[in-house]
Amino acid sequence: MEALFLLVPLSVLLVGVAVWVFLGAADGGQFDDLEGPGWRVLQDDDRGSEAPPGAPGRF
Amino acid sequence: MKTTQSLAAPPAVAGPLLPATYNYKVVRQFAIATVFWGVIGMLVGVLIAAQLAWPALNFDIPWLSYGRLRPLHTNAVIFAFGVCGLFATSYYVVQRTCQVRLFSDRLAAFTFWGWQAVLVSAVVSLPMGFTRGKEYAELEWPISILIAVVWVVYAVVFFGTIVKRKVRHIYVANWFFGAYIIAVALLHIVNGASMPASFMKSYSAYAGVQDAMIQWWYGHNAVGFILTAGYLGMVYYFIPKQAGRPVYSYRLSIVHFWALIFTYMWAGPHHLHYTALPDWTQSIGMVFSLILLAPSWGGMINGVMTLSGAWHKLRSDPILKFLIVSLSFYGMATFEGPMLSIKTINALSHYTDWGIAHVHAGALGWVGFITMGSIYYLLPRLAGRTAMWSTRLIDLHFWVATIGIVLYIAAMWIAGVMQGMMWRAVNADGTLTYTFVEGVKATFPYYVIRFGGGLLYLSGMLLMAFNAWQTLRGSRAIDPRIPGVPLDPHAAAPLEPLTAGGPREIFA
Repeated sequence: MEALFLLVPLSVLLVGVAVWVFLGAADGGQFDDLEGPGWRVLQDDDRGSEAPPGAPGRF
Repeated sequence: MKTTQSLAAPPAVAGPLLPATYNYKVVRQFAIATVFWGVIGMLVGVLIAAQLAWPALNFDIPWLSYGRLRPLHTNAVIFAFGVCGLFATSYYVVQRTCQVRLFSDRLAAFTFWGWQAVLVSAVVSLPMGFTRGKEYAELEWPISILIAVVWVVYAVVFFGTIVKRKVRHIYVANWFFGAYIIAVALLHIVNGASMPASFMKSYSAYAGVQDAMIQWWYGHNAVGFILTAGYLGMVYYFIPKQAGRPVYSYRLSIVHFWALIFTYMWAGPHHLHYTALPDWTQSIGMVFSLILLAPSWGGMINGVMTLSGAWHKLRSDPILKFLIVSLSFYGMATFEGPMLSIKTINALSHYTDWGIAHVHAGALGWVGFITMGSIYYLLPRLAGRTAMWSTRLIDLHFWVATIGIVLYIAAMWIAGVMQGMMWRAVNADGTLTYTFVEGVKATFPYYVIRFGGGLLYLSGMLLMAFNAWQTLRGSRAIDPRIPGVPLDPHAAAPLEPLTAGGPREIFA
C-alpha cells in the first residue's frame, strides 16, 4: 500500500500542526473565556434596515 | 515642527487605517450565486432521476446521457450551490465576528469571478465528456489548476481577515470555516496530482488500488471538511443569531471542533470495503468512521439545544425550522454513516440505492437546509431590508422541501435494502435467485417516487429563487458601517457605534 506512505505521514504531520495550533491558541488565551464569546456574537446588531434614499451603491 | 507633524498625522488613529464599512458586495454576489446554482444543480438532479425511471429521457443525445449529467449534478450541487453558500456565509461571518472589512476587496472579487469561471467550465466540459474519472474530482487539469488558485486566494482573504481582526477572540464558527478552507486545499492538491496528456486529458499520478485509496481519502474528507466542517460554521453562527440565544455550550463547540479535526482524516477506506484494498486498511476506515459518531452527535445536540428556552420560536419562524431540521438530518446521517461503515452492514448496502438514500439525507436535509436557512437569514440584510419579501413563502418552501426529502429518502432506503437482499439471495443449489435486471425492474416504482421527491425539493428551491428575486428587486446595495470605526480617518475620535452593543474586546 504505497499510497499510505504518502497519506500516513501527511496525517501525522497534520495532527502535529493541529496540536501546535491548538496549544498556541490555548496559550494565547483563546479558550480562557468559554461563556462570553457566545453572548458577544448576539450583541452585534446586524439587522438590515430600509436603506435611506441617496445611499451609495445600487442593486 | 512638532505641530506640523501632529496636524499631518491623525492623532486618534493608531496603526494602519481601517476601512469603516464591511464588504457586503462579495457576500451578496455569492448569496445570489448560491440560489442560482441551487436551481441549476437540482434541476439536473431531477432530470437524471427521471432518466433512471425512464431512460428514454436522454433523447439519445450524448450531452444529455446519464453518465455525463450525473457528475454535472454532483458538481453543481456541491461545488456551485454548496460552496458558493460557504463563500457567502464565511465572508459574512468572518467580517461580522472579527469586526473588520475583508482583507482585500480585489482578491475577494477574484474568488467570486474565478469560482464562477470554474463552475461555468464544469457546465461546459462535463456534458462534453471531459472527466478525470474520479468521483467529486472530475474536472480536468486546467480547471483543476484554476480551482487550486482560487482556493489559495480564498485562504488569503479569509485568514488575512482573521489576522487583522479587531476582536481578540476568534469565534468558533471561524475555526470551522478555516479548517474547511485548509483541508480542501490539501485534499484537492494531493488528489489532483496528475500528468496532462493534452489539453483536457490527464492521467492520475497514482494507479490501481493506490489511486482508489487516494481518491477516497479525498472523497470522504471532502465530505468531512466541506459538507461537515464548513456547514458547522453556519450552525454555530446562524442558529444562535436567528434564535437570539447563545450556543448551548460554547465550551462543547470548541471540544467539538478539535475532536473532529483529530479524528476525521481516516474514514475514507469505508468506501472501499470488500475491494482490493487490504483488509486491515478497510478495518481502520471502519473504526475511525465509528469513532466519528461521538463528535458528530455532540455537535448536533449542541446546536439543537441552543434553542432551549426559545422552542416556541420554531412555531412561527420558518428560517429557524430550516436550521434546526437540518441538524436533525445531520444527526440521522451521522448515525447512519458509521452504521453503514460496519463491514457486515456494508456487505448488504454497498452499491445499492441505500448509499444514495444516505447521501441525500445529508445533502438535501443537512447541507441543503442549513444553506437555505443561512441564505434566507442573509438576503434581507444584504439587500438593506428587514425581512424576506414573503415569510409565508419560506414556510411553504420548508414544507414542500421536507416532504420531498422524506419521499426521496424513504424510497431509496426501501429500494436499497431490497436490492441488497435480491442480490445476495441464492437457491439451494447455490445459483443466484435473481438476475441483476430483475432487481432493476423491482426498483422502478421507487425511482418514480424518488423523482417525485426530487421534483418537490426543486420546486421549493424555485420558491426560494422567486422570494430572493422579490427581496432584492429595487433594493440598494449598502456596505454597513463597522461599529466603532470612524468614517473619516482624520476624525479626532471614533464616532459612536451604530449599534447598541455591549463592551467588546478590542486590541489595546
